[in-house]
Amino acid sequence: MTGDEHADLVARLRRDPTAGLPPPSSNGHAPPAPDAGDVGALVAAALARADADDLVDVAWVVEDTPVGPLTLAATERGLVRIAFGDEEGVLDELAAEVSPRVVHLPRRLDGLRHELDEYFAGDRRRFDVDLDRRLSHGYRRTVLEALSDVSYGQTVSYKDLAERTGNPKASRAVGTAMATNPIPIVVPCHRVLRTGGALGGYGGGVDTKVWLLRREGALLG
Amino acid sequence: MAVTLPPFQTLLDDNAVDLHRFLVASVGPHDGADCFQETVVAALRGYPDLPHADNLRGWLFTIAHRKVIDHARRRQRHALPVAEPPEVPSVDPEGLVDAELWAAVRGLPPKQRTAVVQRHLLDRPYDEVAAIIGCSEDAARQNVRAGLQRLRRELAQEVTS
Repeated sequence: MTGDEHADLVARLRRDPTAGLPPPSSNGHAPPAPDAGDVGALVAAALARADADDLVDVAWVVEDTPVGPLTLAATERGLVRIAFGDEEGVLDELAAEVSPRVVHLPRRLDGLRHELDEYFAGDRRRFDVDLDRRLSHGYRRTVLEALSDVSYGQTVSYKDLAERTGNPKASRAVGTAMATNPIPIVVPCHRVLRTGGALGGYGGGVDTKVWLLRREGALLG
Repeated sequence: MAVTLPPFQTLLDDNAVDLHRFLVASVGPHDGADCFQETVVAALRGYPDLPHADNLRGWLFTIAHRKVIDHARRRQRHALPVAEPPEVPSVDPEGLVDAELWAAVRGLPPKQRTAVVQRHLLDRPYDEVAAIIGCSEDAARQNVRAGLQRLRRELAQEVTS
């Protein structure tokens, strides 16, 4: 009955009141955004305010790079995750393992993005951003920390790395640690090869491993 | 073991457009933008403490509904007494389409307003409307009905006056 009695009114109520609104941040100086009334700017403003109140536990952004898109994520402590590909799946993992307060906040990753730009251009040999290593534990973490001694342009074998961490028979465990490295590229698991120089595997694909090693001058061709 | 909640971003991606519509319809574009920020910040603050992940949309809009009520209280507290009620301008200075309709919607009592906007602008089922305003489904239907009747009266008066 309500529907019939008020059909005209209901039809008016269905028309979007935000259609044709100017973009939220418009101050008369900037040209109108292509999608007027776009809520993207409102969301960004709200998240900036939430960040100021320390409510953003995990900030992420997707960055296009020469090795394809990378999802970058940082906590208040530092860089916590780099994943090959777009954010799909990675955000669920971060929500479950770090905190559900996961939001798109590129600003927190500006420093890392700048360092990555320089690295991919060949102008940076080591990363200076703070790391949050909470996603790796136990021996895997020990192995990943030992990687910071393997510098740009060098390579090391799984066996060498096992020896360096005092576990000469742990090559297989070293392989697992590399395969589950939460922060590839910055924690340079691409510099770990099989004994004798065979490439071994890589989470981002062997092509990516080859690209990175060539960029660093560790592989010729 | 803590409950597994989806990334907060998912909630924003799924609901930001409707949240903006709801708030613009409830308090207008300018105050709607303020309420939008307040709702998102309050939701993010409380999010990790949620006991379960059921009806996250309803939870978000419950927060928005309360922000709209807080906003109206603040307005009342700061409002200057006026001899004549201000006239609703025929052309909305903030550029809303169908300005008189939305001015009348803004004038509804809070539960009726939220019920009408959720039901008809956002096309939500009555059980969800009920969860948002914290009442039974029957009461939600009653609020929608009463809201529509009141809107009809208000709009008819405007035409005749």
